[in-house]
Amino acid sequence: MGIIEAKDLNLFYGNFQALRRVNLSIEEKKITALIGPSGCGKSTLLRTFNRMNDLIEGVVITGKLLIDEEDIYHPKTNLTKLRKKVGMVFQRPNPFPFSTFENIVFGMRIHQIQPDNGFGPIVESCLKEVLLWDELKDKLHTLALKLSLEQQQRLCIARLLPLKPEILLMDEPCSALDPVSTQRIEELMQGLKKEYTIVIVTHNMQQAARVSEETGFMLLGELVEFGQTEKIFTAPDDKKTEDYITGKFG
Amino acid sequence: MKRHFDVELRELKKRILEMDSLVEVAIDYSIKALTDRDEKLILEVTKKEEGINKAHIEIDEICLRLLALRQPMAADLRFIAAALKINSELERMGDLAVNITDATVELLKEPPLKPLMDIPKMSSLSRQMTKDALDAFINRDVELAKNVISRDDEVDNLKDQLFRELLTYMMSDPKAIKRALELILVSRHLERIGDHATNIAEDVVFMVLGEDIRHPN
Repeated sequence: MGIIEAKDLNLFYGNFQALRRVNLSIEEKKITALIGPSGCGKSTLLRTFNRMNDLIEGVVITGKLLIDEEDIYHPKTNLTKLRKKVGMVFQRPNPFPFSTFENIVFGMRIHQIQPDNGFGPIVESCLKEVLLWDELKDKLHTLALKLSLEQQQRLCIARLLPLKPEILLMDEPCSALDPVSTQRIEELMQGLKKEYTIVIVTHNMQQAARVSEETGFMLLGELVEFGQTEKIFTAPDDKKTEDYITGKFG
Repeated sequence: MKRHFDVELRELKKRILEMDSLVEVAIDYSIKALTDRDEKLILEVTKKEEGINKAHIEIDEICLRLLALRQPMAADLRFIAAALKINSELERMGDLAVNITDATVELLKEPPLKPLMDIPKMSSLSRQMTKDALDAFINRDVELAKNVISRDDEVDNLKDQLFRELLTYMMSDPKAIKRALELILVSRHLERIGDHATNIAEDVVFMVLGEDIRHPN
């Protein structure tokens, strides 16, 4: 059983059906990529994993979505707890307009977590996990918005970590970054997958091929094919997958 | 969507076909030089081999360029991977044609040991296998590719049969040994040509189906 399980998942924005009977199983501590042309539903699917779509008016979801075998669309689901467990990183780095230090402790303050030894050691270990500590240890109190875009994106990943998430959702995390920064974020993802399950939505097929172990190809709201990345990119089963990844449409 | 990439892939296909036609002629001439005792054809084989070597390098360059610049995936990736491998197989076949002429040079220094029956048969079998393997590559024809693979045993059996026959010549007359050994070498080269054609056919199956059928055990 995967850490994320979707069963006949449908999602409607008003009359528009954005997801059609999606069934998938995402395995723990692996990187899974979702690819497909714009508007295929990959970001929508990603957002169902921590109920980000709830914020949009008129959304109706049917079917089941289990995380750690719990139905997260059950009326009794504690959303705050869910989003602690399932963190998200967005396309544009979006640090809070505070210092680096405050960005990292923000989640703990919201959840009223008071570590025994203060926030310092946690800030250090989270920044070390995203390989920012050496660069930022002397400027922890400078405004995070002054960092480079890549550093900001690393910080956005780092600030999820004090809440000990199990799953990191990444929606085009490198699309605002240059190739060298992209490569460094990808390296970081390889390190993070030892501790976390990562699901990444990307337009960049080479990126999906480079970083992920499993890939899902989506088209018009359907999950057309899901399987080992190597298989999807060398010999996919479905003709539509083949046509998309060889650039015949999309 | 039409892709410029498809034009480049067609060009690659064309280059491989051109190389194949050189290889097939080289194999033909190498055996004809032996059966007709025609030294002039030996020179022709050398010339063809030069063309084959040149094509070998150029096709590799095209494949590497496409891999680097187009970052192909799925069917495109399998096609270029197959092209790279087929390129090497064809080049080795060209070398084997030259090896056959090396043996022929020695054989033409002496009168024929025996009428040649099995060698022309092996030659036409392995040449046909080569042609069919390349047709299968061009037309993405899995059935034909599998048929080529099934024919490899026939060539192997002929080689064994000829070996046993030549053994009897060598046992009865020590003066026959040198010529018999050269003929055994020729049959060995032809058998290897059949093996290379089989490899090409296996590459074709992978290219079309994405299924690796080599080494089934």
